Amino acid sequence: MLEATTALNARRRDWRQRIDVPVATAFGCIVLLLVLGSFYSSNFLSPQYLLQQLKVGAFLGIIATGMMLVILLGQIDLSVPWTVTLGAMMASAAAAHGAVGEAMAIPVGIACGLLIGLVNGVGVAYLRIPSMIITLAVNAVAQGLMVAYTGGFAPGDSASAAMRYLAAGTILGVPNAAIMWLVTGVLAVFLLNRTTFGRAIYGIGNKETAAYLSGVPTQRVVMIAFALSGGLAAFGGVLLAGYAGKAAQSMGDAYLLPSIAAVVLGGTSILGGRGSYLGTIAGVILITLLQSILSVMQIAEFGRQIIYGVIIVAMLLLYGREKIVR
Amino acid sequence: MTDWRFHLAQQRGTLTALGIFIAMFVFYVANHPAGFTANVVQTVANKGVLLALVAMAQTLVVLTSGIDLSVGMIFILCNCVASYVVSGSAVAATLGIAGVIALGALCGAINAMIVIFGRLQPIVTTIATGAVYFGIALWIRPFPGSSPEFNSDIADALTGKIFDVVPTSLVVLLGVVVLVWLPFQGSVIGRAVYAVGSSEQAAYMSGMPVRRAKFAAYVLGGMLAASGGLFLTFFTYSGEASLANGNTYTLYSIAAVVLGGVSLFGGRGSAIGAIFGALAFRAIGDLLFVFDVEPLWQPLFQGLVLLLAVSIGSARLFQVRNRLELFT
Repeated sequence: MLEATTALNARRRDWRQRIDVPVATAFGCIVLLLVLGSFYSSNFLSPQYLLQQLKVGAFLGIIATGMMLVILLGQIDLSVPWTVTLGAMMASAAAAHGAVGEAMAIPVGIACGLLIGLVNGVGVAYLRIPSMIITLAVNAVAQGLMVAYTGGFAPGDSASAAMRYLAAGTILGVPNAAIMWLVTGVLAVFLLNRTTFGRAIYGIGNKETAAYLSGVPTQRVVMIAFALSGGLAAFGGVLLAGYAGKAAQSMGDAYLLPSIAAVVLGGTSILGGRGSYLGTIAGVILITLLQSILSVMQIAEFGRQIIYGVIIVAMLLLYGREKIVR
Repeated sequence: MTDWRFHLAQQRGTLTALGIFIAMFVFYVANHPAGFTANVVQTVANKGVLLALVAMAQTLVVLTSGIDLSVGMIFILCNCVASYVVSGSAVAATLGIAGVIALGALCGAINAMIVIFGRLQPIVTTIATGAVYFGIALWIRPFPGSSPEFNSDIADALTGKIFDVVPTSLVVLLGVVVLVWLPFQGSVIGRAVYAVGSSEQAAYMSGMPVRRAKFAAYVLGGMLAASGGLFLTFFTYSGEASLANGNTYTLYSIAAVVLGGVSLFGGRGSAIGAIFGALAFRAIGDLLFVFDVEPLWQPLFQGLVLLLAVSIGSARLFQVRNRLELFT
């Protein structure tokens, strides 16, 4: 009898521990948003609408994946806006060079992003420059490169057929962009939970000194994480270019703050070391839905900005609070 | 005896920023077609003061080991509000100026409340509140413009020259430093700001007014950003809810703070350093203009110079004796 109660208690505790409060709250808010939206219009619950949202959210999702790797380290990547644009422009530029260029467009775009991320990573890991400032400077350099390259106008090159297919095509009604996000997400979950590299990221986020003393090559891990973040941002840009048909100046500006917000709303600590990819998925969907519902309700831009900001603060007050300093 | 060395070491960041600025400014004036004239100085001052005020605002928050990503949006919001309220008679316009500063203080107080009592991280908090402030700016000023009775006399007086020599904006900046920053830095609250930035826990244990210090830093920061917004209104005679401008000023303020020798980890640096950082950062752009660099290449050069400038800090790596020192 006693043993049975203990076992039951243990199981109950186990069940409580497994539930991640931030992730559960974020998913709860998604359901709440959909229910509230469905009062406004029944279209909000239709499969077409939801798939459309997944497609739009996929770009943010891929970019936020890279941002999450960096935030888990306790760092931040402010070079996202122009890395996105650079990836898109370089891929489109490569696509203009005949059949070979057409085939190489996507790899070239991602490689350029990796390179930008590598510069960030070397700066943060080896030169020990605070990530907030080195990524800011690299963002400025990337912007300068692109302005010089395009001459200040939208580039004439357009996206390759493969880019368009990946971003705008569908397989059995499922948008390819969402599938791309799924693949990225599965890889990210595997990387974070099943490889030493992923565990090292969490370790460094908690305390880099401790991780170093435990034998983790912390500097290399940090550098690679930043490179991956740059590569993923550029991949997001490549897909965005495919979605829109061509690259454009400042197409990445709209992704910096939402990607940080998505990661943080998903319960990842901005100080690093804590967070799950499931939370980031919830955060991305939440932000995409929020933006979509606000625009469907035809709320003016200023109202959207205000509601957006208030909701982020309100949600974080629910579950994102730090421990009190004593 | 070695007192002066200690003081010098404490001010190293500020002095480095001063050195960079003087070098750039001399280089700039020497190559300027008009040379060292009051007009050249006035133009440089007017452009620099905007960023200097916003950078000072950023410094206060950074000193508490936080970061204010809404500083550019407070700047823009105050610019938009000022384009309405700085109008009518001199008295009414002066009241309007006071109102704008109070609005900046309110924005800072909201940030502070969320950070202190909501216990959210400053970076996330200010991203969100920045969106709100920008939304309000867009609401009241959907299109650029100004009130029909905009008091341009005050604007001209504050952006002109005293005795045809000294730019008024520089005098105002000096006034802010002498009357606001220096007393604040020396006060109990000001010292507590530094202490909180070094170690919040140690400051709490030592009985420092931790909450009041943080609150004061954000509120004073908001007021300084508001002064920046006022000056923008004085220069342009109008208000504009420009997202790009807000973001640019936020990012440039961080760059200026770092150039000015303020540690992003908090507790080290001075707003005076940030002022020179801001002036030096502006001078980069001006130098490119003087040397007639192709406009298309200007952003790239500005970025490269910024990259170079922020890499200077990593010279401390040469002093590292133990690899563990890297991680602190």
